[in-house]
Amino acid sequence: MDNVTLLSAVVFLPAFGALALVFFPKENPQLMKRAALLVTVLVFALTAWMAIPDGESGSGRFGFSGGVAIAEMQNTFNEEWIPSFDIEYYMGIDGISFPLILLTSFISMLSMWASWPINKHVKAYCILFLLLETGMLGVFMSLDFFLFYVFWEVMLLPMYFLIGVWGGPRREYAAIKFFLFTLVGSVLMLIAILMLYFNTDLKTLSPDQLQAAHVVDASLTGEALTAAVNERVYERPQAEVHTFNLLALRTLGQNGAFDDKLVEDGWWIFGASIGHWAFVLLLIGFIIKVPSVPFHTWLPDAHVEAPTPISMILAGVLLKMGGYGIIRICYPICPQAGYDLAYWVCGLGVVSMVYGAFAAMAQKDFKRLVAYSSVSHMGYVLLGLGVWSTVQGNAEYWAMGMNGAMFQMIGHGISSAGMFFLVGVIYDRVHHRNLDEFGGLFAKMPIYSGLAMGIFFAGLGLPGLCGFIGEVLVTLSVWRFSIVLAVISASVVILTAGYILWTIQRVYLGPEYKGPNADKIRPADAREITIAGTLLAFAILFGVFPQLVFNYMEPTVTQQAKDLSQWRIDEPQRRIKEARRKLKNLSKSVSATNPQTPTNEGLSQDGRPDRKPAPRKLPEQPSPEAIATSTTLKTESDTP
Amino acid sequence: MSFTEIISDLIDNTWGSMALFEPELALCVTIVVMLLLRVFDGTRRIDSFWVALAGSFVALLLVIKGIGQIDQQTIADGVESIKAQTIFTEMLVYDSMTVFFRGLLMSFAVLFVIFTKISGIPDREDAADFYCLVLGSIIGMCLMVSANHLLIVFLGIEMASVPSYVLVGMLRDNRKSSEASLKYVIFGAGTAGVMLYGISLLAGVLGSVHIPTMARNLAILLQASGDALPQASVALALGGLMLMVGLAFKLSAVPFHFWCPDVFEGASAEVNAFLSVASKAAAMALLIRVAIGFSYISDLPQATIVEDNKAAATSSLAPEPGSTSPVSMSLMSVTEKSAAKDSSRRSLNIALEDSRSFIVMLVGFLAMLTCTFGNLAAYAQTNVKRLMAYSSIAHAGYMMMAVAAAVHLSGVDTEAARSAVASLILYMSIYFFMNLGTFAIIAFLRNARLGEEIRDYAGLVYTSPGLAICFVVILMSLIGMPPLGGFVGKFRIFAALYDAGSRGSPWLLFMLAVGGINTAISLYYYLRLAKTMTIDEPPEDRLPVAVPITSPGGVFVVLMTLPVVGLGIWWDTIHTWVLAAASGLMG
Repeated sequence: MDNVTLLSAVVFLPAFGALALVFFPKENPQLMKRAALLVTVLVFALTAWMAIPDGESGSGRFGFSGGVAIAEMQNTFNEEWIPSFDIEYYMGIDGISFPLILLTSFISMLSMWASWPINKHVKAYCILFLLLETGMLGVFMSLDFFLFYVFWEVMLLPMYFLIGVWGGPRREYAAIKFFLFTLVGSVLMLIAILMLYFNTDLKTLSPDQLQAAHVVDASLTGEALTAAVNERVYERPQAEVHTFNLLALRTLGQNGAFDDKLVEDGWWIFGASIGHWAFVLLLIGFIIKVPSVPFHTWLPDAHVEAPTPISMILAGVLLKMGGYGIIRICYPICPQAGYDLAYWVCGLGVVSMVYGAFAAMAQKDFKRLVAYSSVSHMGYVLLGLGVWSTVQGNAEYWAMGMNGAMFQMIGHGISSAGMFFLVGVIYDRVHHRNLDEFGGLFAKMPIYSGLAMGIFFAGLGLPGLCGFIGEVLVTLSVWRFSIVLAVISASVVILTAGYILWTIQRVYLGPEYKGPNADKIRPADAREITIAGTLLAFAILFGVFPQLVFNYMEPTVTQQAKDLSQWRIDEPQRRIKEARRKLKNLSKSVSATNPQTPTNEGLSQDGRPDRKPAPRKLPEQPSPEAIATSTTLKTESDTP
Repeated sequence: MSFTEIISDLIDNTWGSMALFEPELALCVTIVVMLLLRVFDGTRRIDSFWVALAGSFVALLLVIKGIGQIDQQTIADGVESIKAQTIFTEMLVYDSMTVFFRGLLMSFAVLFVIFTKISGIPDREDAADFYCLVLGSIIGMCLMVSANHLLIVFLGIEMASVPSYVLVGMLRDNRKSSEASLKYVIFGAGTAGVMLYGISLLAGVLGSVHIPTMARNLAILLQASGDALPQASVALALGGLMLMVGLAFKLSAVPFHFWCPDVFEGASAEVNAFLSVASKAAAMALLIRVAIGFSYISDLPQATIVEDNKAAATSSLAPEPGSTSPVSMSLMSVTEKSAAKDSSRRSLNIALEDSRSFIVMLVGFLAMLTCTFGNLAAYAQTNVKRLMAYSSIAHAGYMMMAVAAAVHLSGVDTEAARSAVASLILYMSIYFFMNLGTFAIIAFLRNARLGEEIRDYAGLVYTSPGLAICFVVILMSLIGMPPLGGFVGKFRIFAALYDAGSRGSPWLLFMLAVGGINTAISLYYYLRLAKTMTIDEPPEDRLPVAVPITSPGGVFVVLMTLPVVGLGIWWDTIHTWVLAAASGLMG
């Protein structure tokens, strides 16, 4: 199967499933649930098949060379979509996205199965659920920023209705809050996308770089490559060829394409570079999704009010999109801003961890507690991604932090989905979630309670379970960056242990259940045991054998950390060169300007106004030496 | 030139222009036929619907024929290759934008006639009056989109407005309808008077009402005054403001929007569709024409080459086209002439900078006000039609933002300015389907005996699932959610705003931020309507409202919804069309 068919099939299979469900008879809800489950199983089977390691590349599967996963983007395809606005239908997978794709299809499958108790408007539920899955998979696979944005937004509407129609008592409030928060983030992201788009120029890239970004087919060589590159980029009539290609944006960003000021002669933040602006706007958009303090307030509401399977999706997959956006887009495309704002990002991460943990401790509602634990756990992700602790070419610590963050996303995806499912199981029986009225469940539901303890321990970060690996890697990596943050983040583990153990004690231990609906409690059925058991099995598997995940993920993540720290080393040199070049051009243009024609300012010789408005002036024109000394000084002061 | 020569020139010119005026003529003939059919007993029984449908369809075909005349491979090439020319002694301009908007208006006419037939308003008795008014108004709109002369601007606005006043009052036994009509007339008359006064001020200072001539004279005036403002600047600014009043009325821009909610509430949903789609499209096209007309000179007529602009400006303003200045004509060779023309055009364009920044400030400020006010006021509405009225006000705001961006860019980069104009046209084209769909849904639900309050729509999804889902899709598109058409329009306008803002106008970056915030604001009230239909339970005492998707109305709604979805996913083709259409203005 070629890449277009394969990846499109994975992404759009649920959407086609949803379309087919429209024509199902209304009278048979069980049939529709089964069909929807079948679709999610098919998608999972496809992604699982892609995960099977095999020697040859290009077969559609995730590629390994010599037993090590390929770090670069693979299985890519790049088709025209809206050529008149440089938008491409461009997808691919790599070590960062592929584990998340697997997680998505896995959690979707389980949560579809967890949807069995839903009996209200089953048809609409299944259709919206499948549309949601298409959106989620699309986000992780898109390599075109516009396409990414479209998928990012496509999820919102199904999610709104899934919470708003099938949710708890305050569902409408929760649904609109979720929608509003995310939409504000999306609008900021849209503005950042436009900023980046208008400052790109593919013509500044070399043919090799263009090929690496899949602007032209990767298999071309020699003459054919030259011809393709010329046709596609260099000989286009436009003065600048803009792009939404994420890989090209990455290369451009690391070449300083976004160093210009947003507003010439701007004061205060308006004088900040486009890269900084884009980074901050994108970061806000993404940490709303993560969510991080202070944008987390939608999460407890949405998670609590959503029906159980949707809470699983929210916690298991949706939150991961924020982290994915940060690692895939924020850092590689705006590295300078990422470097400058590292403390802010890490600080936000730590604040979320501490705040989330304390808030969780104060909750009386079982589900709200789990929701706040998500805020706390996702703080590790932000912290791990932000740790830019290396300058001297030693990328190991940052790579460790990023790997830890990525693993934390997978681990949290498993454990939090499990926790929400378990809360849902007991809620289905006793119809309340008040922690003070539980107790003694172990006696009535022994298997369920055993599974629950395992999964809650995974959430706690007990060694040997999936929560541990991510947390320990992140905490270790922070040590080199900031001892204070490392100490705080390590001690959050105590808080986590505090609220989780206390919860287990209040819910499962104790002599006897005295709360309402005691007579409705029955042991977990086979379906529930299978779902929870599968999640626990994976939690244990990833805990004792994290290589299972790292085998796919580690090369790409480490490569990105290496690239960015290498960029950090090269950057001062590049800036000096750039400044020299600009000065040279400036002096040339000054001598070439004819003082006789001052009226032509802003308009070029052919009567058309200049493509570039008042050619970007150097803000001040210091000598190259001055720049050189200032940048080297800066580098030295940056060294820890 | 003797009198007979002038007359015969005029006749030649008019006959020549007629060929490019065929679609409007077809509509004129249709109106006459409809009126004549009522005179005779034998023909009175013919339903005017068929005549109106045939007439508007023929008009649409004639527009398409105008594109197809040039043997081109794609429609975009065909539109782009239409050479800009003026007709009827430079009163109208015929270029690719004229053709595109005419096509849009004629397509609207066809769809609208079908829509009204399905929805049953007007009834058989009123049909002839109704369609005459609609088609007459559309002729006026065609004049608006091709105006090259401020008198035509005035004439077009009036010709489009007067039938609308009557259309609004069409529901005779409804007091609200009559009240709305009266309000509309008073507002329209007032603003028309102000606009006419503004035109006369501008004409007094600039010595003409022919827009290109005015622009050139304005440039010369500004050039002559150098850094200082010209003496007449107060009169110019006042004239510009007053002209804007008339346009703002047609656009229902704040603060000239007061008629809009009342009129929308009082008039039937069909008329609302007409006002919010066709009338708005024509007004937008007119705004961008006038705005660009006063900020960018694309081509100078042969007669107006002025060797020394300053001298010309101080002595007298350049003459009207038609009276040639023989000196410059005879003395220069062709190449010299074109070179001189080019450089003089360039320097005139630079001189227009003040005019551009005035228009950007004026239109931009109104745009932000309109957009924000429209969205905020929509929160408080309980009536669906009033809600949609405020929604249409807000959307006018977004579109005016694109005008500001285009005007700013016209002084920096024509290619980018063309793209900004294209973003406006794209938004308009998608808005066409969204609003026609919305009002069709409202009309069909009204026919199914459903009230027009928002709470009446509760639980609609249970009895009319297809219609409710289509409505939700359209509402989401109005918010600007991908992958729906509304998003594409908004995305392109935001792109134009950023492009303009990053090229020396932080003011437009601020506008971009306002646009973004407004998108988030607008979410709530659209979503509330969607929520009412899908999540809320239907009221106990309501009879089941069922408009099946297979009924003619349902099919029509689906046909309007499909483009909303389709244009959100495959918008390359229409994007090339609108780029081609915009080349008429910024060629």
